[in-house]
Amino acid sequence: MYTDKVMEYFQNPKNVGEIKAADGVGEVGSPACGDIMRMYLEIEDNIIKDVKFKTFGCGAAVATSSMATEMIKGKTIEEAEKITNKMVVSELGGLPQEKIHCSVLAEQAIRAAIKDYKSKQENN
Amino acid sequence: MKRVYFDYAATTPLDKEVLEKMIPYFSEKFGNPSSIYSEGREARKVIDEARQKVANSINANANEIFFTGGGTEADNWALKGVAFANKNKGNHIITTVIEHHAVLHTCEYLEKHGFEVTYLKVDEYGLIDIEELKTLIKDTTILISIMFANNEIGTVQPIKEIGQIAKEKNIYFHTDAVQALGNVPIDVRDLKVDLLSISAHKIYGPKGIGALYVRKGVKVDNLVHGGAQERKKRAGTENTPAVVGFGEACYLAVTDLLKRNQKTEELRDYLIKSILSTVPNVQLNGHPTKRLPGNANISFEFIEGESLLLSLDLVGISASSGSACTSGSLDPSHVLLAIGLIHEIAHGSLRVTLGKNTNKEEIDYLLEQLPPIVQRLRDMSPLYIQGGK
Repeated sequence: MYTDKVMEYFQNPKNVGEIKAADGVGEVGSPACGDIMRMYLEIEDNIIKDVKFKTFGCGAAVATSSMATEMIKGKTIEEAEKITNKMVVSELGGLPQEKIHCSVLAEQAIRAAIKDYKSKQENN
Repeated sequence: MKRVYFDYAATTPLDKEVLEKMIPYFSEKFGNPSSIYSEGREARKVIDEARQKVANSINANANEIFFTGGGTEADNWALKGVAFANKNKGNHIITTVIEHHAVLHTCEYLEKHGFEVTYLKVDEYGLIDIEELKTLIKDTTILISIMFANNEIGTVQPIKEIGQIAKEKNIYFHTDAVQALGNVPIDVRDLKVDLLSISAHKIYGPKGIGALYVRKGVKVDNLVHGGAQERKKRAGTENTPAVVGFGEACYLAVTDLLKRNQKTEELRDYLIKSILSTVPNVQLNGHPTKRLPGNANISFEFIEGESLLLSLDLVGISASSGSACTSGSLDPSHVLLAIGLIHEIAHGSLRVTLGKNTNKEEIDYLLEQLPPIVQRLRDMSPLYIQGGK
């Protein structure tokens, strides 16, 4: 049901982990629906220098987390904010219809982490 | 890569002996059992023999066995057939929250057609409370439908006690025994069961065939209208090879049953004990002893079932889970929620079901592969903090 690329990303996800003293952290999803994604950003001069994630979820959730982190690494905040779940899914060569909702979490996690970063900036 | 199959509750491979019995009836002995000439009579004869074998496996009479297209059809028929045929006596049905969807969704259908359904709760092990059942019976109760053994957690219900209560109250008692046949001895007379569903592909028989046992005298509506097959109750030309295969599978399923169970239970207990003692933050779901011999259902905290299944599949292991992602909805298994598991624990469940060919080497392979996979997924999980919660 998953493409080879999804399985490859599930098996060997990139950027798994945490960033200590991250500039922005976003957590979305809930244990009830079976998916939780937490994303950590390190931002310097408006550029996403590093990104890590931790995900509790299905194969699609892990693969989209990984793909999303790769897609925003090295990008500006404005570029990262433009990443949509459709772009992530398309990079993975598609997802089964019933798994599309899992990919929305990746998009939401990026936005949540950036929002956290921005609110920290304002408070400083 | 070698494959190790641990999903015998989902389906089983067709036994070679069963296949050999079936083969002649596809092409060589193709007669319509309703035809009066030689080819037809031959097909009729083997269907009668198979029906007797199926009946023997549950201590029924051959004329109480009706072949169906499988366990789901048998469940549908039992509920709808009894409900509509007995609606002059009442409209109330009692079942449980942990039934297979073949029963639950049929009950929902019946609720839309004027029937009232009460869903019995279960305790933390998945067992019903007999006293509670007694209090739920009303003057309008026409049917009690409670599964023999649960497909997910393996819990075996007190069927004989339920049968006794139903008989005393003069209420029909149906049990879905799809998971029980071949794993638990079944005697419909002793258990006082009125209707019982079984399926061939769970007992090393062919897919697409099952049966409903209907005790002589039970009023049930006809299911399929047409010819005189299945005593006009389920019309349509018989699937002779499947019927023959089902008969043989039933015969084999009850032969050496207790000896086979002993071996399976030993392996299952070894598996459960090993996982519980080597992997932290795990729990056994279902009853410690009142469970199917081949069923192990274990929840792994902090991880999600589909990821676990995919990872196991990559190392050649086939198993099952009650996570939402494998149920095709956002909710995890209704059975796991019914025994009181919180969502994240239900999502992290793994069902390993053993079969008659499962051996210790296969269990050891699983025990070798599983812990590092669980650890890898935990390391990736935001819910996990090293050393526990």
